Amino acid sequence: MSTVKAKSAPARRDEAISEATRLRLYQLQVEIRYCEKRAYDLFLQNLVKGTSHLALGQEAVAAGFAAAMNKDDYTFCTYRGHHHTLARGASMLSVLGELMGRQCGLMKGKGGSMHLTSVEHGVMGSYAIVGAHLPIAAGAAWSAQYRGTKQVAVAFFGDGATNIGAFHEALNLAAVWKLPVVFCCENNMYMEYTPISAVTAVKHPAADRAASYGLERQVIDGNDADLVFSTAREAIAKARSGGGPSLIECLTYRHSGHSRADPAKYRPKEEVEEWLKRDPVTLYRSRLLAAGVAEAALTKIESEAMATLERATESAKASPTPALESAMTDVWADGGNAWRN
Amino acid sequence: MAQLSYRDAVAAGIAQEMRRDERVVLFGEDTAAAGGVFKTTVGLFEEFGPRRVKDTPISELAILGAAMGAAMTGLRPIAEIMFSDFLACCWDYVANEIAKTRYMSDGQITLPLVIRTANGAGSRFGAQHSQSVENWAMAIPGIKVVAPSTPADAKGLLAAAIRDPDPVLFFEHKSLLGNKGEVPEGEHVEPLGKASVLRTGGDATIIALAAMVPRALQAAEALAKEHGISATVIDVRSLVPLDARTLLEHSARTGRVFTVEENPRLCGWGAEIASVIQEEVFSSLKGPVIRITTPHVPLPASDQLEDAVLPTVARIVNEIKRALGSRRAA
Repeated sequence: MSTVKAKSAPARRDEAISEATRLRLYQLQVEIRYCEKRAYDLFLQNLVKGTSHLALGQEAVAAGFAAAMNKDDYTFCTYRGHHHTLARGASMLSVLGELMGRQCGLMKGKGGSMHLTSVEHGVMGSYAIVGAHLPIAAGAAWSAQYRGTKQVAVAFFGDGATNIGAFHEALNLAAVWKLPVVFCCENNMYMEYTPISAVTAVKHPAADRAASYGLERQVIDGNDADLVFSTAREAIAKARSGGGPSLIECLTYRHSGHSRADPAKYRPKEEVEEWLKRDPVTLYRSRLLAAGVAEAALTKIESEAMATLERATESAKASPTPALESAMTDVWADGGNAWRN
Repeated sequence: MAQLSYRDAVAAGIAQEMRRDERVVLFGEDTAAAGGVFKTTVGLFEEFGPRRVKDTPISELAILGAAMGAAMTGLRPIAEIMFSDFLACCWDYVANEIAKTRYMSDGQITLPLVIRTANGAGSRFGAQHSQSVENWAMAIPGIKVVAPSTPADAKGLLAAAIRDPDPVLFFEHKSLLGNKGEVPEGEHVEPLGKASVLRTGGDATIIALAAMVPRALQAAEALAKEHGISATVIDVRSLVPLDARTLLEHSARTGRVFTVEENPRLCGWGAEIASVIQEEVFSSLKGPVIRITTPHVPLPASDQLEDAVLPTVARIVNEIKRALGSRRAA
C-alpha cells in the first residue's frame, strides 16, 4: 500500500462532483465489474476463445475518465480495454458478442477481445502492441487541433508501456506540438508477470518521466473514482483549451492475472489481500452511502446492470457466428481484398 | 508539357493535392523548413505554412503513429520516412497498425494516408541507407505499394496515392531524383494499379520497377541493336494493387519473361509475379521466368562493389541473350 500513500499530486476536489455524476460513476463501475466477471465465466464455458485481459479492479480509472469526457472525444486503449470500451457507451452485448466471435460483436468477430473498437462511441481502437497507440492518440489530437474541433484524445496504457520507445516519442511530440491529448497510465504494478519496479529505473514509471517532457508529475489513487474523475476533468479541460498534454499515473491493481492464461501466482498473497480491501467498486459504494445516497438508488443500479448483463449474455449466445465470407472483406476501403486484377 | 526533375515532380504532386484539399498535411524529419534532405519538398513550407507542413523530431514511431491517428479522424496525412531503411524502426505501424486496423475494426476505421520514403541504391551510402524494401511491404495485406520510375509518374501516382482511401507506401527512388522528363501541365493524376508498357517487342517481356526501368529500357535497346532480339518493357509502377492482366498478356504473347529487381534475391517482388505467370499462362511460356536481381547480400558502400551487385544493363542483356540462346540451342 505504500505506493498508494506515496506523495501524490494534490487531490483536485475543489470543484464539487454532482450526485448525478457520482451515481453515473458508480453505475459505470458496476457495469464493468459485472461484464468482466461474466467474460471470465464465459471463458470457463469455452464460449470465449483465444485470450482476454480483464480489467477487474481497474474500473475506477475507466469510469472516472469516461465521465469526464465529451461524447466526441477519442479513447485509445490497450488490449486490456474492455472497461474503457464499456465506459464510453458500447453495449455489453456488443462487447461480449465480440469476445465470443459472434455476428453481434462490435467488429463481428474480426478483431476480438484485444482490439475492441467502437467509433460511434469515440473508441478509436484497442491496440495489442504495447505502446503503439500513444503516437496514434497524439495524431488524433493533432487532427482535432488542426480541424479546430476542441476534441481531446485520451490514451490509456499500462505501466509496462512506459519502457517502450513509442511512449517517449509520443510524449515528446505531444509536448512539442502542444496537442490536446491526455496520457493515462494504469499502473497495476506488474508488466505482465514481472513487477514493474524490477525493470524500471524510477519508482513511478510514468510520472517520474513527466519532467523529461516538461509535464507536471501526477500520481493519483486510481481506485478512487472521484479523484480520477476530477483529475481527468482538469487535464481534459486544459487540453481542450489549448494548454497541451498531460500525463497522469493512476495507481491500481488487477484482481486477476495478466491474461486468461495467468493465475498470477507471482504476487504475494498479502499484497493481493490488501488491494482487494481497496476494491474500487465496494469502496465507492460505501462512500456514496456515507454521503447520504439512498441504498435503494444503488441497488437499483446494481439490479439494472445485472438485468442488462443477463439479456446481453443470452442475446450473445443466441447470435449467429459471422458468415465465413466476412473473413475476406474490408481489407480495403472498397470493402474487398483484391490485390490484383 | 513541362520538363521537371523527378524530385520537383514529387513536390509538384504534393502541392497539387494540398491546393485542392485542405485535409492534406505533410510532415517528417527535415521535411518542412529544410525542404527535405533530398529536396523533394522544396517550397511547400513556404506555400502552405507551418500548420500544414511540419518538421518532426527523429521519431519514426511518432511520425507513423501520428499519421495514422490523423488519418482515422479526418485528415489526409503524408508522412515522410527519410530513408526506406528506417521503415524498420517503425515497421510496427506499417505491418501491425496501419495495414490491419481497417480489417480488425470491421471497416469502422479508414486510413487514407501516404508514407513517402526514399528508396534504393546508387548513392554509395552503404547497407543501411541504400536498400530497396518494396518487397517487405508487398508481403503485408492491407497496404498499397507504389514505386514510380519517371517524373510524370512521380507526380501523377503520388497524387492518386494521396486521394486513395487506403494507406499507400510510396517509394521515391534516390538515384532517379535528378532525372528530368515531361510532366503534363495542370492537374495530373495517374491511377494506381496500372502497369505501363513502355516498349513492345515479340521475343521477350522485361518487367521492371523504379530505377530498374531505365536500365531495362537501355538493355532492350542494346538487345535490338546488337543482337536482333526485340523485347517488351513493362514498368510495374504499382506492386499492390498489381496489374496482373497486363503482365500476363505480354508474358503469354512473348513466351519469355524476365524480371529486373533491385531488391535482394529471396522473396523479391518478381518472385510473386513469376509465380502468377507460371500458374496462369504456363502453356504459353517457352522457358522459365528468369529473375535478374541483386544477389542475396547486404549492399556494400564502395562504388565499385555497389555497381557490381546491382542489376546492370550489361547483366540484363547477357541474361536475356543467354536464356534465348539456350532456348534456340535446345
